[in-house]
Amino acid sequence: MTASPAPAQTPKAKSHIEDSLILRPFRLIGRTVLGGFREIGRIASFSGRVLIAAVTPVIYLREVLRQCLKIGYYSLPVVGLTAVFIGAALALNIYTGGSRFNAEQFVPAIVVLGITRELGPVLAGLMLAGRVSAGIAAEIGAMRVTEQIDALLTLSAKPERYLYAPRVIAGILTMPLLVLVANIIGVLGGWLVAVGALEFNGSLYIRNTLSFVTANDIWSGLIKAAVFGGIISLMGCYQGDRSKGGAGGVGRAATLAVVGAAVLILASNYILTSIFVRVGL
Amino acid sequence: MIDFSAKPILELKNVHKTFGPKQVLRGVDLAVAPGQSLVIIGGSGTGKSVTIKSALGLMTPEQGEIRFDGELVSNRKTLDTLRRRTGMLFQGGALFDSLAVWENVAFALIYRDGVGRGEARKRAIENLAKVRLPASAADLRTAELSGGMQKRVALARAIIATPDLIFFDEPTTGLDPITADAVNNLIVEQVKALGAAAVTITHDMASVRKIADEVAMLHEGRIIWRGPVSALDNSGNAHIDQFVHGRAEGPIQPAI
Repeated sequence: MTASPAPAQTPKAKSHIEDSLILRPFRLIGRTVLGGFREIGRIASFSGRVLIAAVTPVIYLREVLRQCLKIGYYSLPVVGLTAVFIGAALALNIYTGGSRFNAEQFVPAIVVLGITRELGPVLAGLMLAGRVSAGIAAEIGAMRVTEQIDALLTLSAKPERYLYAPRVIAGILTMPLLVLVANIIGVLGGWLVAVGALEFNGSLYIRNTLSFVTANDIWSGLIKAAVFGGIISLMGCYQGDRSKGGAGGVGRAATLAVVGAAVLILASNYILTSIFVRVGL
Repeated sequence: MIDFSAKPILELKNVHKTFGPKQVLRGVDLAVAPGQSLVIIGGSGTGKSVTIKSALGLMTPEQGEIRFDGELVSNRKTLDTLRRRTGMLFQGGALFDSLAVWENVAFALIYRDGVGRGEARKRAIENLAKVRLPASAADLRTAELSGGMQKRVALARAIIATPDLIFFDEPTTGLDPITADAVNNLIVEQVKALGAAAVTITHDMASVRKIADEVAMLHEGRIIWRGPVSALDNSGNAHIDQFVHGRAEGPIQPAI
């Protein structure tokens, strides 16, 4: 038995193979980048429509109040618990680190600064990204796949106005209030550890905290909170609105909403902090 | 008596709709006269739901035109007119589960027409009575209702604004034969009471015979037969014959 000779590749076919092998990674990168820009464009367009609906009549106050209750009030336990443990851990860490160069007395100042400017809004934001953004995406996703959003349209109600704007308004309004509560509870967590385990004087701790914290520290945290509240609601609405394909699609929307909201919170936190540092807030 | 020579309340001309590589509608032509009840039949995936969703502006066809009461539905204003004068009963009911039954029924009155909640609730209860639901059902959540009750609530929601045209998307799907017959009776009764036209899509031949004045068959994205319901059994069309008798053998390939 003799082996048949391998068929010779024509120059054209060879060049095609080389082209596809060389170009494949570039095609992949190009497709990914274009897809990313397309997604950013979609999110921007969706956000624009919803924000316009949120600041122009008609605003459905009953829906806004209902969402304030769902997004704000029902999130209090999770935000409160997060804040108390963060405040407590922060106090311990600062005490341990500070004791290396006899700076234990700065625990109240650093705890309040860390919580009001950074940890309060960011951690409350991340917790709400999990609780609220996923909840909104799942609810709206389920409405999408069960034709409830189509039903809204046939009843001449725009989803942007009836469904999304109330959630975004509620997110922007309630998140700063939640962060204010988180700030107080976080400081209280630090105080509990400082007084209970680190032998600080309770009233002196509070006096040091109050004398150190400024209105700017609190305002900067609250402004961040309002922005994060908007991001959380918008991402939930956006992913819910785009979901398709039954239960799997709704689950995917919830996951994407949480991931998207968390990434956007962390990115916008850096941008906002840079702006605040620049303008002296 | 239906005047078939009158200007159609709904007209679709050469409507095409594609999803990715799949061409679902390949030139649908359809006209519905005022007061007429047209039932569209056809196998699964032939584009029946896409046809009525296109007619309602829930999907945008790539080609063709849709006219409502003679007006080309081409912009937000004409679409708004169409939606104000039409009602729709979705296959699964599509009731808003965050709202009570009466709020579902009165949704268009409250959020579109600005009717006060007290008056809207009163009218919702009146409409619930029209579909044989007691006033005690008004405050229930939609999750507390059976499938048949959900369809009745959806029907009450579709008729509350006295539409000129009502779409029914598989109104008896998922119901037992007795409940399905009761829903069919309600549809016939309410459509007649309003003097409205109706476009129904269904696989259920008992529904077809009860609801339809005329029947159109959609196959491979086109209307391949249209005629009075009385002509269903002697249409002379092999597709209709196979569909009406529910046979796997014939020109229509089963969708499996």
